[in-house]
Amino acid sequence: MDWSFIGEHVPDYLGGAAVTLRFGLYGVACSLLLGLVCCLLRYFRVPVLRRIAGGYIELARNTPLLVQLFFLYAGLPRVGVRLSAEACAVIGLTFLGGAYMAEAFRSGLEAVDKSQREAGECIGLTRAQNIRYVLLPQALATAAPALFANVIFLIKETSMFSVLAMMDLMNVADTLRTSGGRTVEVLFMLIVAYLIILLPVSLIATWVERRLRYAGFGDQHTV
Amino acid sequence: MQDLGISILFKGINFQRLLGGLWVTLRIALITIGLSAAFGLLFGLLMLSKNKIAKGFCRVWLEIVRFMPQLVLLYLVYFGFARIFSLDLSGETSAIAMFTFWGTAEMGDLIRGALTSIPRHQRESAAALGLTPAQIYLHVLIPQTVRRLLPQAINLSTRIIKTTALVKMINVTEVLKVGQQIIGQFYRQPDAAFWVYFTVFLLYFIVCWPISVLAGRLEKRWA
Repeated sequence: MDWSFIGEHVPDYLGGAAVTLRFGLYGVACSLLLGLVCCLLRYFRVPVLRRIAGGYIELARNTPLLVQLFFLYAGLPRVGVRLSAEACAVIGLTFLGGAYMAEAFRSGLEAVDKSQREAGECIGLTRAQNIRYVLLPQALATAAPALFANVIFLIKETSMFSVLAMMDLMNVADTLRTSGGRTVEVLFMLIVAYLIILLPVSLIATWVERRLRYAGFGDQHTV
Repeated sequence: MQDLGISILFKGINFQRLLGGLWVTLRIALITIGLSAAFGLLFGLLMLSKNKIAKGFCRVWLEIVRFMPQLVLLYLVYFGFARIFSLDLSGETSAIAMFTFWGTAEMGDLIRGALTSIPRHQRESAAALGLTPAQIYLHVLIPQTVRRLLPQAINLSTRIIKTTALVKMINVTEVLKVGQQIIGQFYRQPDAAFWVYFTVFLLYFIVCWPISVLAGRLEKRWA
């Protein structure tokens, strides 16, 4: 292991980590939003739109991100839709992540007893109030583990941004590997970098999940 | 007037070539699924054993797989092992080795979850009814375990199929690569790339979607 090589290239990896984190977080934020919208459209059985949301979820969940990115980045420009690499990255990750987040939200909402929604309607809450004050808080407690698992999954999937010629961690490592031939050091740093990014996310997830377990609703005694 | 780009898909044996490329990914996925199921059973049983070392070993293995992007692991096997152990693995062999390493841990965790999810009173009631241990396994425990496991295992299989798209990154000539070769040959056709990538996208969907539907049906029926 050549430690001076490693020290010399730490800044490269920091730059790569910034790209990975930045676009990973954009993607996660947009996925959460899209996932929530799709999930609510299906939960409230909004005509037509719920079918579109359902179709989208199936399409996104059953195709690889790599293929989605190639289609966005290399396919679409040929029919006149030109997107920057960064836009492709965020759109691609959101397209994939929105479907996974929708499924996570759905599992949370399904765990909330129907009587809760009906009780909310009975006391005269509007649909938005019902979602905001009754359904979502309870659904989030159940969905939290799945949502965090998706966050980690999406950050890992950013490793495919290298096909968009973006200098994320993966591409930084690949460029160094092909130019210098220090394969072992390059891959070692890559692993350490992903660990440094993902370990805190995982720790936060464990912490939040433990806090949420105290939030009991309804028939907790059967568990 | 020029033909539409879609027509190049049906020129000569282009479509057969794409299907051949798809078969390369599917072959890797099928071998991986088979191996993961076999090793996963061992892994699951090891996780449930009382041996602390075996448990710890499985835990670390599972965490590595959960934390590292599959692309990083693939590079580690394909480029890293070649350097460290002077092991010259073909792309396909590296892919099968890495995906099996990943699939084994994921499958093992599913098997562990399915086995532990069966309440203890099932075994005890069966024993109280006078069933022999073999009968308890055959008629009570194994059917329930399989019902919990099968939908999740099928879902994992679609994830494995989607992940095999990554082998393109280690120079295996699979469906994306074949697509690029076709695009290269028909460079005069400006929208060739659009149709080829769109077809690859659809091909993955056609393969994965029925499997997902099957998993969903089984889950609903056995829930």
